[in-house]
Amino acid sequence: MPGKLKVKIVAGRHLPVMDRASDLTDAFVEVKFGNTTFKTDVYNKSLNPQWNSEWFKFEVDDEDLQDEPLQITVLDHDTYSANDAIGKVYIDIDPLLYSEAATVISGWFPIYDTIHGIRGEINVVVKVDLFNDLNRFRQSSCGVKFFCTTSIPKCYQAVIIHGFVEELVVNEDPEYQWIDRIRTPRASNEARQRLISLMSGELQRKIGLKVLEMRGNAVVGYLQCFDLEGESGLVVRAIGTACTLDKLSSTAAFLPACNSPSKEMKEIPFNEDPNPNTHSSGPSTPLKNQTYSFSPSKSYSRQSSSSDTDLSLTPKTGMGSGSAGKEGGPFKALLRQQTQSALEQREFPFFTLTAFPPGFLVHVGGVVSARSVKLLDRIHNPDEPETRDAWWAEIRQEIKSHAKALGCHAVVGYSESTSICEEVCILSASGTAAVLNPRFLQDGTVEGCLEPRLSWQPGFFSIGSEKGEVDFFPQSQDSSSLLGQEENLPAGCGFCHIPYDELNMPFPAHLTYCYSCRKQKVPDVLFTTIDLPTDATVIGKGCLIQARLCRLKKKAQAEANATAISNLLPFMEYEVHTQLMNKLKLKGMNALFGLRIQITVGENMLMGLASATGVYLTALPMPGGIQIAGKTPNDGSYEQHISHMQKKINDTIAKNKELYEINPPEIPEEIIGSPIPEPRQRSRLLRSQSESSDEVIELDLSHGKKDAFVLEIDDTDAMEDVHSLLTDVPPPSGFYSCNTEIMPGINNWTSEIQMFTSVRVSRLSNINLTNQTLNKNFNDLCENLLKSLYFKLRSMIPCCLCHVNFTVSLPEDELIQVTVTAVAITFDKHQAVQTTKTHVEKSLQRASTDNEELLQFPLELCTDSLASHPFSPAKEHLESASSNSGIPAAQRATSIDYSSFADRCNSWIELIKLKAQTIRRGSIKTTVSVEKASPLTEGHFRQRSAPACANSTVGVVKMTPLSFIPGAKITKYLGIINMFFIRETTSLREEGGVSGFLHAFIAEVFAMVRAHVAALGGNAVVSYIMKQCVFMENPNKNQAQCLINVSGDAVIFVRESELEIISAQQPVASCQPACSGGEIAT
Amino acid sequence: MTNELDIFVGNTTLIDEDVYRLWLDGYSVNDAVGLRVRSGILEQTGATAGVLQSDTMDHYRTFHMLERLLHTPPKLLHQLVFQIPPSRQALLIERYYAFDEAFVREVLGKKLSKGTKKDLDDISTKTGVTLKSCRRQFDNFKRVFKVVEEMRGSLAGNIQQHFLLSDRLARDYAAVVFFANNRFETGKKKLQYLTFGDLAFCAELMIQNWTPGAVDSQVDDMDVDLDKEFLQDLKELKVLVADKDLLDLHKSLVCTALRGKLSVFPEMEANFKNLSRGLVNIASKLTHTKDVRDLFVDLVEKFIEPCRSDRWPLNDVRLFLNQYSASVHSLDGFRHQALWDRYMVTLRSCLLRMYHD
Repeated sequence: MPGKLKVKIVAGRHLPVMDRASDLTDAFVEVKFGNTTFKTDVYNKSLNPQWNSEWFKFEVDDEDLQDEPLQITVLDHDTYSANDAIGKVYIDIDPLLYSEAATVISGWFPIYDTIHGIRGEINVVVKVDLFNDLNRFRQSSCGVKFFCTTSIPKCYQAVIIHGFVEELVVNEDPEYQWIDRIRTPRASNEARQRLISLMSGELQRKIGLKVLEMRGNAVVGYLQCFDLEGESGLVVRAIGTACTLDKLSSTAAFLPACNSPSKEMKEIPFNEDPNPNTHSSGPSTPLKNQTYSFSPSKSYSRQSSSSDTDLSLTPKTGMGSGSAGKEGGPFKALLRQQTQSALEQREFPFFTLTAFPPGFLVHVGGVVSARSVKLLDRIHNPDEPETRDAWWAEIRQEIKSHAKALGCHAVVGYSESTSICEEVCILSASGTAAVLNPRFLQDGTVEGCLEPRLSWQPGFFSIGSEKGEVDFFPQSQDSSSLLGQEENLPAGCGFCHIPYDELNMPFPAHLTYCYSCRKQKVPDVLFTTIDLPTDATVIGKGCLIQARLCRLKKKAQAEANATAISNLLPFMEYEVHTQLMNKLKLKGMNALFGLRIQITVGENMLMGLASATGVYLTALPMPGGIQIAGKTPNDGSYEQHISHMQKKINDTIAKNKELYEINPPEIPEEIIGSPIPEPRQRSRLLRSQSESSDEVIELDLSHGKKDAFVLEIDDTDAMEDVHSLLTDVPPPSGFYSCNTEIMPGINNWTSEIQMFTSVRVSRLSNINLTNQTLNKNFNDLCENLLKSLYFKLRSMIPCCLCHVNFTVSLPEDELIQVTVTAVAITFDKHQAVQTTKTHVEKSLQRASTDNEELLQFPLELCTDSLASHPFSPAKEHLESASSNSGIPAAQRATSIDYSSFADRCNSWIELIKLKAQTIRRGSIKTTVSVEKASPLTEGHFRQRSAPACANSTVGVVKMTPLSFIPGAKITKYLGIINMFFIRETTSLREEGGVSGFLHAFIAEVFAMVRAHVAALGGNAVVSYIMKQCVFMENPNKNQAQCLINVSGDAVIFVRESELEIISAQQPVASCQPACSGGEIAT
Repeated sequence: MTNELDIFVGNTTLIDEDVYRLWLDGYSVNDAVGLRVRSGILEQTGATAGVLQSDTMDHYRTFHMLERLLHTPPKLLHQLVFQIPPSRQALLIERYYAFDEAFVREVLGKKLSKGTKKDLDDISTKTGVTLKSCRRQFDNFKRVFKVVEEMRGSLAGNIQQHFLLSDRLARDYAAVVFFANNRFETGKKKLQYLTFGDLAFCAELMIQNWTPGAVDSQVDDMDVDLDKEFLQDLKELKVLVADKDLLDLHKSLVCTALRGKLSVFPEMEANFKNLSRGLVNIASKLTHTKDVRDLFVDLVEKFIEPCRSDRWPLNDVRLFLNQYSASVHSLDGFRHQALWDRYMVTLRSCLLRMYHD
């Protein structure tokens, strides 16, 4: 009996009128936990009842404490008929179960009804007394902290990052039970909400147990999802990364964690060949491997050498999956020996993190993804969710082998998703293959304590033993020497270096020596699912890049449908990838971060939406242009058309380079050395898809031997491609957007943030849809949505939309639903925080910040003299004009040196003529924007002081999908917020139609999240995510229903300005600034 | 391809002041979009008409949802659904309760009933204020009236407390409530020249001096009704014009004091008895509800128009009224000095404010 839950119902306010006669309400409250229910007295005739109840005490197991939500029901007492329910509040008491989080939940909660929405508020106080229980067979995992944040939470340090944890539970969906036919929609919705709440609690507890098993104390990057499989049931699944976290108490505690890894690595005893040049040597035979023995406990599993037996046996174009059988017997002993490292003992060396402690990420291979089409069948026994487990195990296995093919032993930025339509389900998983620094993955004690997994996952375990050979990672023979070498390198390029062997590449790729260190090989482009590493050096700013694609599909049933989808998938992947690559080239960038490809299945179509943030990595080569080639060279007008297109593309590239300030220093070719003669190709994406079987179709995404960046427009399809490339409009000046945590190139955030969700549902009017019109419609939908966002948030300029998260669903035949959640953050363009190391970058950056406002003027003044560049010159002028005007003389010289384009010099005189005017205009613009901003900031200050002045107003709770709050320091994590709501209406028109209905519902969801955070004592939610927004309508019946699932981390933050005051008084307490992430990115 | 659903929900509710103004002014979404296009916003921002339409719809939807809360502003402060910074909340409330001069002049002093509401069509046509906006303004008047009608304490204070309005706006509402409650006639043609400001000024003085609240701050309806006892007592003033000696004495006192100081002295001397009779008769008749309603008509007819026709400058009116009220203190036979002051101090200020073209 290890816990006592105490609940007190204080008061209610703004209750709805339940008695028409008196215009009042006789309210009372039922408090339920598990099977125990308490009631308050009836408070007669009031809309603002003051119950002030006694403490209701529940004595419960901690297992129940974790699983069950506290359920508070407000009712209207009726003497003659049944009492009417006003609404409910579900409170997740999990945050009270670990010592460092909240100690009490106390505050006003919106009373929620699934039919009427929020109906007043109730003031509740909840406390938990936990008794220590040392029973080692316990089923609870109280004390394990959960974080949605996909990096190490700001006020903690990672002692060990243990690795992947996953779990899923299944149940029947109450909506599809027979009883649903006779009960009210309200009862059915509440049953569903309660069940999902229970299942989430159970899931979290089970994951917690796994973490304890691994000797961890926390789950970071916890992502829980629901699969509404309809008839076949309800699946709640979660993945996360188990860690051992230490709370940071002071700066002293933080710094070692930050800086030590590289130093400690030196001490790792490698008995290795010290020759640093193994790298460029020819392929070593597998036998050579045997000469290298590894210290099992401290092995460093970097894998760039050619000794990778698996790879050397894998055909170039192969993806290396399931290659276990090919391994020769003689190697097995050796390989087993090698599997001793901490990572390799894991079934799945996956990490859901997207940002890492410095030094953690050694190399990045590229994106690995796997999809599988499954037919759903009824889950017969909810207690043994074997089928679903097996499905995911299969996919994970595939991901793992892809990573291996890329010479990587781990997958970071890992995520899983599903798309369900009727009885077909696409399971997807993706991540970034990487080589990690083992320092964080293990300590001396870890080895022995990795006990076999518990029996609830027999499937996984058997896979491990059957394919034991697969679960290893060949060791690099030169890791120590490499390490030594890398320590001398300038920081920020190491992760770009290829982890695979250049002569046995898993796919054809174009390699060059790293543009930063000139010592290691780098690919020409890099795609990843993670955030930009903090130490990476980039040039200019990043931007959101999206690939959008629709494919029609015949309506079909069951098997036939699944086959049709499986057949379409590879083409979709290929095209999405091509689009991404083309758009990246068009932006003049060479790397994608935060890549997320979503494939959605509908009745008669498939949709693909890929979002990522493009950047220019200094370490990678400058991207080549895009060439257009026609197939019918004899046609004169056609030629002309082609050359026109080509010019447009070239102009766009030049314009984008200016826009995103990509001015890489030009490097003489001889320094770089001749490129390695490999066929260029456009793929870094490893993919595969399989259907119900173990058969894996390998797909080579490269374009054979021809130059990858030639676009052939020999048919209308290709024309469409080119057009769609050019129709993407850049955001208006003063706006930037990215889907990663922070925007590369912006580091001077100011404190104003605005998180928002925008939903659009579009009906395809055309009955005779073709792929082209569909693509165009979808493209327009997304582009218009972005335009609307820019317009709506124009008062925040200059600002950046961060963590832009698009979700597509196909709720009905002709409906496309796009949901976007993002946060707009203002930044100060005048005070760039200069943390860059090189002189060049400094001046460039300075120039860029200074000319931002100037770029807002599409100058028609100077275009005539430069016919060769009809689009770009104006901005080029402006840029150099501003760098000229805004920078002190010494820096001016450098900036001119490095931005030396020929035509700029030619128009130098015009520039000087222009200068005066531009500056004047620019300054006017600036003052205007300051004026605009001031009422907001003023309001903000007032609002911030609000919580201090007692109960008069509602405290402000910030919400953000990011893991930090600009200009503030997170001082405490209060626990995870994971909420699921259903809202239904039978009076859709009266509630303002579908838009009115959903608008109100989302506003209510935000309100409920804020109320829970406030009750925990917090003032913000970080890493907020709307995981699901399922909307269904039936306008003919005047009905609609929506399900929303959100999660995030409740935190307390303190403004840095306030912190300074505190620390001035109290010099001891001060830690790493919360927004360090923002400062490092340049 | 059409957007069936198109929403934007911010954690902090976005309020566009321009769109709010258009919404309050009662424009439909399409009209508002048209007006916004004409304001040149598309050129400024590079947005498309579609974007503007969607944005306008979104704001209108938000305002529609907020409207319910704006009816009881304290709820707006305590609700949890819309996170709005306090400064913005104040702006929302203040603008929502603001009213048009043209509209308020039409309904001032009218009964805030369904009957008047039916006339809103005509008022809308006459004033050029959209019907929707007229309805909002009328409903605001009615709502405020209902809440504070039977409340103790200062009228403006109550309004401020229950509707969280600015000091200025609360006092204007106090005037509206006071006029509606006493049904003062303000619509007559000869009263058209009076602005709402003039009438609100008068109302404020009357509330200060002529209501039960002026003598006792613990009475019900203290600020909305005129003090019955006071009105009854005003009959006593009749003696000032009924008693010929008193009237003559009064006249001579005033004339002696003002001789050489007024540019219109002869006219004043000639008209003194008429003016005095007018002012005193107004006072003595205030026991009848009908005459209370006609107070402003009477003031204009009996005092302002005669003076205006003789082209009295404002300063002469001021000198006259000062002397006229002060001289009564020297009339030995007159015993109701306090009553006279309570009546005349207010009346003098009102008349001076109303004396313009």
